[in-house]
Amino acid sequence: MVMLVLPLTVVLIFSFGERGASGGYVPAFTLEQYANLPARWTAFKNTMVLAPIGTISSLLIAYPLAYFLAVRADPKWKTVLLVLVIVPFWTSILIRSYAWIFLLGGRGVPAFIDWIGFGSVRLINTPFAVLVGIVYGYLPLMVFPIFVSLDRLDKRLLEASSDLGATPTRTFVQITLPLCVPGIATGCLLVFILLMGEFLIPALLGGGKVFFVGNALVDLFLQSRNWAFGSAVAATLVFIMLISVTIYMRLISRLGTRREDVSLM
Amino acid sequence: MTKAPDHISKKKFMEELYRCKRGSVTRRHFLGVTGLGAATAVLGSAMPGLKPGPAWAGDIGDRVVLATWPNYHDPANFEAFTEATGAHVQVNVFGSNEEMLAKLQAGATGWDVYVPTNYTITTYVSEDLIEPLDTSRLPNYDPSAYNPRYAEAGSVDGKLYAVPKNWGSTGFVANTKQLKGAPTPTSWREFFDLTMGDLSGGTIVHDYQLTTIGNALKYFGYSFNSVDEKELADAEKLLIDSKPHLFAISSDIQPSVRSGDATFAMAWSGDGKQLNTDMPEVVYILGEEGGELWSDYYAIPKSAPHMDAAYALINFMLDPAVNVKEVLAHGYPTADAKTTSMLPEALQNDPILYPAQALLDVLEFGAAVTLTDPNRAELMARFKSA
Repeated sequence: MVMLVLPLTVVLIFSFGERGASGGYVPAFTLEQYANLPARWTAFKNTMVLAPIGTISSLLIAYPLAYFLAVRADPKWKTVLLVLVIVPFWTSILIRSYAWIFLLGGRGVPAFIDWIGFGSVRLINTPFAVLVGIVYGYLPLMVFPIFVSLDRLDKRLLEASSDLGATPTRTFVQITLPLCVPGIATGCLLVFILLMGEFLIPALLGGGKVFFVGNALVDLFLQSRNWAFGSAVAATLVFIMLISVTIYMRLISRLGTRREDVSLM
Repeated sequence: MTKAPDHISKKKFMEELYRCKRGSVTRRHFLGVTGLGAATAVLGSAMPGLKPGPAWAGDIGDRVVLATWPNYHDPANFEAFTEATGAHVQVNVFGSNEEMLAKLQAGATGWDVYVPTNYTITTYVSEDLIEPLDTSRLPNYDPSAYNPRYAEAGSVDGKLYAVPKNWGSTGFVANTKQLKGAPTPTSWREFFDLTMGDLSGGTIVHDYQLTTIGNALKYFGYSFNSVDEKELADAEKLLIDSKPHLFAISSDIQPSVRSGDATFAMAWSGDGKQLNTDMPEVVYILGEEGGELWSDYYAIPKSAPHMDAAYALINFMLDPAVNVKEVLAHGYPTADAKTTSMLPEALQNDPILYPAQALLDVLEFGAAVTLTDPNRAELMARFKSA
């Protein structure tokens, strides 16, 4: 518990201090750092727009994949396919991002698009490239919780639904989807929380032009060594996460209650 | 949640380090992506050769810890040092002066020797983090052999704190095959004007306040080190106007220049040399308005645990016979005339390593205030988030 609270306390204390003349931290009690927060507004805005979009994109791609793995895939191949999903995790995201730099760079996908006659496009160093990197990098984190919830799903429920005359679509919407809400909720939470602090993917695939709060923090601590302002930005990020995660949890639990109502009908 | 996807394993770290050594990643980028603390921890444990040796060590102890930049030494020299003294050299790799300063400011580091750049030394002195050097313990240091321009920052108020290691410049590279008919530029004015004109979308500026703002200041003919409000405002406007035309804001310029995505990129002379060697169409240019000149030094932090070994290592590295191997390994020039005279003729006449005097004369050393000025840091943040 001390290990968890201590660093946060230090960040809070620093956030009320001042920057030393040659960087670092000088003890003080001032709200100046918090008053200066609008200077990082763009970073907060980019993060708060791209983190939810990234989470939802990951979900849209991960769900069909998890569904296929859990429900459709031949059990013989299931383990192999699961391992294939994990394999990229064995390599650092850094190395994998470099592969994307090549793929999205002028000699990669854009060259192919040009070759098939759709004209020249710039992919690398755009928000789109960052989104691709995010979806790719966080895919396993989204796939696994959903896979587990789908895998544990009692297949007899699906048979019952079908025996009672429901179409496959209706079975999916009324049985499968509600039962894997916990998996979806966990996956989204994991991806969203990590995305809010992301800095590597925007730096590499955004070419430094897509600026997240994480990038602002790296600059504040490692380049300008303004620990006090950096701490204020970090504390604000934690506060925003606290609020958004609380709202999210409320929504999910309400969804759970409503589902019970539906199933009683 | 225990598995953060941006975690970097020991193995990957070493791969990345070797990439860095091959020159495809710059040191600043390397540090940025790996995290500097990791460098210290992993290098110490992952390379058996760097572990403290058996108890046969001599008087200076069994090890010496060196904090330095990637790709900046000939490992064979460290082995020779261990052979001669019994002390193993443990190398900690860093990405920027800011990180080194932050580490030393935060407390004891365990370093015995480090390699600060000229503009940081007065800050180390005022923060009382650097040990004055006793030249009687550095018999290989012959001040008369050094070009004073690259040595003078080592002394503060007449006291010697650091001895010169290597020097270099900051200019830009241009791929002459991608200029669309424009003549090869020779100035920062052309660099930015072409970026905002015919060659839009192919320019990289450093993700580094000192050089990016400094070179934008040179566009107007201001000092590279200006902290004047009006001059900084002009530079900010230029940078923000050019931002939509940039390919990237990154200090890792080599991959994009090599792939042809980037036509122009700000570059340290080492990057320029490596790119030009592999791709003769990529030329290294010093803006005629001027730009940055830098000089790295060997110094000893106040907190050094193995002071004797620190002096022994610096003295060993200053031996021209050793130093010449260093230069051949990393390709940065040295201010020591004795070492330079031992280099192959072709290297002594290399225009990237040793630019023409007229170009060198207008270059400026970065100043301490340039590095620590909070307004420049905020300007950079506004530029990056614009």
